[in-house]
This record gives sequence, structure tokens and C-alpha cells, in this order.
Amino acid sequence: MEELDGEPTVTLIPGVNSKKKQMCFDWGPGEMLVCETLFNKKEKSEVVPGCPFIYIIRKDVDVYSQILRKLFNESHGIFVGLQRIEEELTGKSRKAQLVRVSKNYRSVIRACMEEMHQAAIAAKDPASGRQFSSQVSILSAMELIWNLCEILFIEVAPAGPLLLHLLDWVRLHVCEVDGLSADVLGSENPSKHESFWNLVTILVLQGRLDEARQMLSKEADASPASAGMCRALGDLMRTMPILSPGNTQTLTELELRWQHWHEECERHLQDGTFASSPRLGALCKIMLGDEEALLEQRELLNNWYHFLVTRLLYSHPTVKPTELHIYAQSSLDLFLGGESSPEPLDNILMAAFEFDIHQVIKECSIALSNWWFVAHLTDLLDHCKLLQSHNLYFGSNMREFLLLEYASGLFAHHSLWQLGVDYFDHCPELGRVSLELHVERIPLNTEQKALKVLRICEQRQMTEQVRSVCKILAMKAVRNNRLGSALSWSIRAKDAAFATLVSDRFLRDYCERGCFSDLDLIDNLGPAMMLSDRLTFLGKYREFHRLYGEKRFVAGASLLLSLMTSQIAPRSFWMTLLTDALPLLEQKQVIFSAEQTYELMRCLEDLTMGGPGRGEPDGQGPQDDDIETTKVEMLRLALARNLARAIIKEGSLEGS
Amino acid sequence: MKEIYAKFVSQKISKTRWRPVPSGSLQTVESFATGSWDNEENYVSLWSIGDFGNLDPDGGFEGDHQLLCDIRHHGDVMDLQFLDQERIVAASSTGSVTIFLHHQNNQTLSASHQWTAAHYHSGPGSPSCSSAPCTGVVCNSPEIVTVGEDGRINLFRADHKEAVRTIDNADSSTLHAVTFLRTPEILTVNSIGQLKIWDFRQPGNEPSQILSVTGDRVPLHCVDRHPNQQHVVATGGQDGMLSIWDVRLGTMPVSLLKAHEAEMWEVHFHPSNPERLFTCSEDGSLWHWDSSTDVPEKSSLFHQGGRNSTFLSHSISSQANAHQSLLSSWLTTDPAKDRIEITSLLPNRTLSVNSLDVLGSCLVCGTDAEAIYVTRQLFS
Repeated sequence: MEELDGEPTVTLIPGVNSKKKQMCFDWGPGEMLVCETLFNKKEKSEVVPGCPFIYIIRKDVDVYSQILRKLFNESHGIFVGLQRIEEELTGKSRKAQLVRVSKNYRSVIRACMEEMHQAAIAAKDPASGRQFSSQVSILSAMELIWNLCEILFIEVAPAGPLLLHLLDWVRLHVCEVDGLSADVLGSENPSKHESFWNLVTILVLQGRLDEARQMLSKEADASPASAGMCRALGDLMRTMPILSPGNTQTLTELELRWQHWHEECERHLQDGTFASSPRLGALCKIMLGDEEALLEQRELLNNWYHFLVTRLLYSHPTVKPTELHIYAQSSLDLFLGGESSPEPLDNILMAAFEFDIHQVIKECSIALSNWWFVAHLTDLLDHCKLLQSHNLYFGSNMREFLLLEYASGLFAHHSLWQLGVDYFDHCPELGRVSLELHVERIPLNTEQKALKVLRICEQRQMTEQVRSVCKILAMKAVRNNRLGSALSWSIRAKDAAFATLVSDRFLRDYCERGCFSDLDLIDNLGPAMMLSDRLTFLGKYREFHRLYGEKRFVAGASLLLSLMTSQIAPRSFWMTLLTDALPLLEQKQVIFSAEQTYELMRCLEDLTMGGPGRGEPDGQGPQDDDIETTKVEMLRLALARNLARAIIKEGSLEGS
Repeated sequence: MKEIYAKFVSQKISKTRWRPVPSGSLQTVESFATGSWDNEENYVSLWSIGDFGNLDPDGGFEGDHQLLCDIRHHGDVMDLQFLDQERIVAASSTGSVTIFLHHQNNQTLSASHQWTAAHYHSGPGSPSCSSAPCTGVVCNSPEIVTVGEDGRINLFRADHKEAVRTIDNADSSTLHAVTFLRTPEILTVNSIGQLKIWDFRQPGNEPSQILSVTGDRVPLHCVDRHPNQQHVVATGGQDGMLSIWDVRLGTMPVSLLKAHEAEMWEVHFHPSNPERLFTCSEDGSLWHWDSSTDVPEKSSLFHQGGRNSTFLSHSISSQANAHQSLLSSWLTTDPAKDRIEITSLLPNRTLSVNSLDVLGSCLVCGTDAEAIYVTRQLFS
């Protein structure tokens, strides 16, 4: 066992005092049943009324959020699309596609976050409002981590573009500035707005120098005294060399020009250009990457990773991916200043900067309340071929482990189980068995739902599960006295034993009522009739009735006889068949030939020879016996008379 | 078709239906109803598709359909039909049939009438009965016909408390869908591949006609009648096949068209443009079938996304050809001329598309992936 990564959380069960009472539990997939129990040692003296409830403890509560359901459903589509990405695709096109997938995931998170935010605003009671807000911050953290992973692991940006990506990352997540900017620019006199300098500082911190310059020109217009300084600083902002995507300049060129610009900034500061305006001076210091000056803006920076990116922008614009973690660590230390300890989010981001993917996923698994994030991120990173080497000491690999956890959570949900199927499909090792186990446990309340489950099983050739689902439905139908339906289901499952059982029920009903039910089905059995002997008999016996009804006596008679001679008919049914032959024997014209009559007689003798062994052996009472004897007598008489007529007819036919 | 709007709604959608537009009015289609299934709490909801008229080209989000109102529904919504402008009839998996009334002035829904045990199983020999899902409903105001897993057919009138007519044991298997044929006649499809025509004027529980695809007994899941030619009927089956029937001619389908890869859940003729047909399926696809004869050239017949269709058409009787001009283009489909153009309407495969409805140039469909798709420019 590895050591625990954190203290397990304690969940209190309301109404159960665990000091006085015991609890028992049972595991389920993703949830647990807990109830109070009592192991009294013979002392029955005091029976305290206990807690009358059974509790369901859910681990993955996020599955039950209405808004997050949209995240699960929408990302399911992206996940399935990702699995279809051609393996052959290599190099640039593959990377571009993976980046696009990653962006799609992020946009789904953002849409969800937006809606959660609206819900938080609209929430009627403060408790649910708080809950929504905390969900918003979780989603926002997810997106932040995902975005960083996208830059570092999927995009794999080299020195130069790396910083541009990181700047975008910070700009996207520290977005109060846009509201502030609108606020300031909307006021009557922007440069006198109380937040004006904060705004300018933030713009500089985020490297949005064009906007900062425009702000400065407003200040220059408003106070001519500082116009010169503003212009000087504005020029510095304008001339700062940055890598633009379309540009062909090399990194060394950029470094050279940047060095030059940096020196110029320094010169301005030393010359005291901004001496009379501490604000402009501070801005210039920021642009020099001065740590002291940056840390003074701690409030505006919000967090250490913003500090890191700003620091890199103004002191190491061509930072290499491999150097990132050094700056990240020192930025974190500097920013927190030993006053507070890093939080889970800080650890996760730090692990990302250290390019330790496994640490990122592990920390996220511990910190986040659902499996959605780690499962999807791991899967995506796996498609980037970043996780091959890592194997767990349990289950299969990490990707599969996390996907299985997530999918099991979906299956525990009342209606999200359909999404889980595709996740199991893409777990090569344990996905199929997991699906088999889960799919059998889906409650089937309507046939429609059952058909959907069946389709899932049939598409995957899960014959055992197909049979099980059909059997459940067939049993249900039998219980509801829907024999036709039951027969259809057993035919679909190719379940011969059950088809025999249902056929027997049909025959019993016929014996009781003297007529068949569900003719629309029995008349149209077709090749399905061959499923079981009893079913064949049912179909053929019904065919005899149809022939009889259509007055096609000769065909009917030979069918009836063949049912007995070919042993398809169960012996218990022979008496009924022979009785059915009676009216045919009594017809005016001769229907059974002499040979057929002999056969019939043999059948009758076989039956009576068996004595009490025939049919149901006992319990029919002397009265029934009398009826039976009369029946046999009548049959014998009819057979003898028919034989006589047949011999005469056949003799005279031959004679003529 | 230019724009198709998707919206995730956090419930699996089992049915989508446009609210009918009063005939002869110039009013446009503006709202639809949906029913959900397999949720812990199911809902019947009404949605507005909003005003697209003043939409600027970039304002994609304004094209979303917005929830007007919803109401709890006990059990899965198995089927949903508008009785008239204000009233919606919902069939439940609990065997009940409910009429919901939409109050337009304050945008609320309320249950105005319910037949609680419209469909039920009678246990063997015991008086206790358990409910059976009601699987289909069809309305022709004020008449409502329902069918269920219990093989029962009920005829209700909106203003009557009790069923006007009940046919017990009408079918030995599950009835999946029902539609009106000619006024006192209805048509049902069942899980052993049969179409049955019932005449309410006749007593007893025997259908007046049974049609089936011989031999295979593949369950049929949906049925729709041609809006103008009442003898032309389309059905969809478990194997995804589309069958076109002429109920006057024989007991076999006129043509069998290989279509989806899994259960076809719904088929609909376009109400005012019946050369067009729409189908949706468990395999997550939604198709538009166009049999209008003025298809320009053969090369463009099969649009990207649609699959080649194999025609297993049976020969049509010679009388049919004599009246070709009068006949529906669906019956004259000649396998030699690939005249049916098939277009796939959904951008990418999702989970099952459970339901669709078309009215005018608008189409709505709902999926198990909890999304509702709407388009207003079906033919542009």
C-alpha cells in the first residue's frame, strides 16, 4: 500500500449516534448503503428507538447537478470524437486536432461556468447561492488547470511562443480588467477616475501595452504637465519587442532587440525621466521586471502565477519550457512571502510547471469532487502519447482506471448511464467486463428502455446479457399474463427452454378454454417455430385447427396424425389430439385411410397400455376416470367404423 | 439548411412536438412541446423558438430556444400530441393519459384531465392489476386514441370521464404506435412486425385487416400516414428499415428501404410537402428523404452524410402505374431510378434521436444526449 495522500473526510449520518449505536454498510458502484444496526450482548433491557432510515452515501455528488449534466453530455460527444481521431495522423495535423479537442473541452467548461454563475445570481436562498458560487470557482479552477496543461503538454510551445500562450492564459483568467476598463472609459473624465491608475497598472502587468498607451494618452491630454513623461513611457511601451506569430525573426534577434530595449528603459529610470511622477516611475520599474516593484502590486496581481508570467514577460521573455519550474517555484515563494502555505490549486499548477503530469492528475483527483476532469484530461494526454510509460500496480493503466471510475459514476446515476457505455467501450482491458456487470443492473421499467439496453448489448455481441434482458422481459410478460409478448421475447433470446414453458401455458389455456389466444402471433411464427419442439407443436397444432376451420379435412387429418407419429406432440396431449380426430372420423366421406386408421389405433393402444402412466398420473378421481373410459370406448368405436368404411372405399376404388 | 441550434437541457428527451398553427392564419410556428424520460423527475415542457427575424448574423446565441414553462409528469413521457392549440395529451409509462392545458396569459401548464389507469395488466386470476406503459397516442380533437404494452386500444373523448371504447387484448404483443387512417379507422403497429387496421364501427376485438412483412417479424416502432393520400403509410422498424405501404393493395409493403443501423423511432411525412419524409433512429441519425421528382442530376443525389439506400421494392401492381399522376411519388418509386435524395441533418452522431417533428420550414428533434435541436430553415 502507498501511504495516504490526505486525511479521509468524515461524513456524519444524521440521526445515528455512532458512539452508542453501530452501523452496517454495503458497497455499491459509486455509492454505499448505510443503516443502523444493533449487536446487543443479550442485554435486552433498554431498546432505544433507533434511526429508521437506510441512507445512500454518494461519493460523486457532482453527477447529480442539473447544470453539470450538460457538461457530461456535451463532453461525451467530444470524447467520442477524440477516440475516432485517426491514429495515422501524425505531426502537425494531429497536434492541431488535439489542441482543437482540448479547446472544445474548455469551451464546454466555460459555458457551464457561465450558466452556474447565472444560477448563483438568480439563486433564491443564500445557501444554494453559495453552493453555485463554489461550483463556479471549482469550474474556473478546472479550466485554469486544463488551459495550462494544454499549453505545456499538448501545444508544447517552444521558447518564445510559450510566453505568449502564458500571457493569454493569464489574461483569460484574470478578467476583471475588462469590466474595470469599461467602467473607467465610460466615466466623464477617465483620467480622474479613482481606478484609473489601477487599470493602467493591470494593463501593464498583463502586457496589454497598446491599451495602456491609450490610457496614458488620456492622462497626457488631461494634465499637460505630465504629457512629456507619458509620451516617453508610451514610446517605451510601443517599442517593446515582442514575438508576433507571423514574424520570421529568430529568437536570438528578438533577444538582442529586447536587451537593447531593456537597457533603454533602465537608462530612462537612471536619468530620472519619471522622477516627478512616482506612478509612471513604478510602471517603468514594472516594465524592467523589478521584483520589488512587482510585489508591491500584489493586490492587483491576485495570485502568484500572474506574478510569474508578468515577471517572465519583463525579465525573461524567451524562457524555455525546461526553465519554467525554477521561476515558478521562486515566484510562488516570493509571492506568498512565507505568510501562507500553498493551496491545492497552487500545488497542481506547480506540478504542471514541473512537467510532472502524474502529479497533476493525482493532485486533481484528490482536490476535485468529481472524476470528470481527471478522466477526460488523462484521456486527452494519453492521446498525446504522454502517459505510455506509467502503469499502476492495480487495474490496467491510469487512463483506463480513471475512465472506469467516471463511467461507473455515470452508471450509478438514474439517467446518465447511456453516456457511460461509450466510456467503457474505450477501455480496452476492463471496459467490457465492467459494462457487462453494469448493463445487467439497469432497471427495465418499460420495453422501450429495455430495447435500448438490448441494442447496446447486441451491438457488442454480449449474448449472455441479451439473453438475460430478454428473459427478464419474458418473465415479466408471463407474470402479467401476456403470453404472446413472453413468447416473442423468448424467441428473440433464442431461449428454447422458456419457449417450451410458454408454449405449454398456451396449450394449457387451450385445454381449459377450448380456443387459442394470441392467434396473430401463433399464426405468424414462421421459422421461429423451430426454436423448441413444444413451440413447433403449438404452431402445427394451430395449423391443424386452421385447416379444419377451412374444411381442408384430408390435409388436417394427416397433419394431426404426423404430430403423434413423429413424437412432436407431448404424450400428455395425445388424448386431446385423438379426441380432435373424432369429428373427422365421423364425417360423411372417409378422411383417414385404412393405413392411417391403423396408425391412430396404435397411438390409442400405446396410450391406454401405459395405463395410469399416461398423462398426469393421478389425482383425477373416479369420475374423471369414467369419462376417460367412455372417451376411449367412443374412439375405439369410431376408429373401427372408419376402418370398415376405409377398407370398403379403398377396395371398391381398386376394383373400379 | 443553414442553421441548426442545439441546446442541452439536462433531461433525456423522449418526444418533441410543434404546437399546431391554426389553419388559414398567417401565424408562424413559434413553440413546441417536449417530454422527458428516464429521469427521476420527468417533465412536459413548452419552448419558444424566439424571434429570428431581427437576428444579426453574429448573434448566434439569440437563436436558442427558450423554456416557456414546464410541469412534472409522473413516469416517462412515452408519447405526446397536441389536441389543439392549448391542450397537450401525454402518455405515461405508468399507464396514465393526461391532458395538460397551457395558459398563455401567464405561461403556465396545468393538468386538466387524467385517465389514471388507461393501460394495465390483469394478473393471472387475481383482481389486482399492475399498470402497463402507454406507448402511443394520437389525437383528432375531441377524440384521443391510446395504445399500450398491454395490447389494449382505448378511445377517449376529451370531455368524457370514461373511455368511449376499449378493445382489450387487441394485440398479443406490445403495440408501439397508432395513427388515424380514415375517420373511424385507426392503424396500429406492434412488436411482431404487423400493421393492423381497426374500425371503431365494428364490434369485437378483431382488426379489419392485418398487414405484415412476411417472415421476419421485425418489430415496427413508428407509423405515419401520408397527409393527402390516406392509403399511403410509412413505418419504421427495429432493423432501421423504412417501409412504404399502400393499405388498399395486399398485405405487403410496396417498398422496403434500407435506412438506419438501429431502431427507427419516428417517421413523419412533411404535413404540407409530403414528398418529403423525415426519420430518426437509435443510431443517433436524423434523415431527410426527398422523393420529389425534380431532382436535377444524379450525381448529387446522395449528399454527404446520407447513406446509399438499397431498394428492395416489390413490384407495384399495374393499375397503380395507370394513375401515376395521381399517385404519391412514394408509391411509384422505381428502383431503377434513384429518385430519393437522402440528407443527414445532424452534424455529428450522438446518442439516440428519440423524436422529431416537422411543421412548415421548422424541424425539432430531441436526443438521449439531452439536447434539443431546432432548425427554422429546413428547405433553404
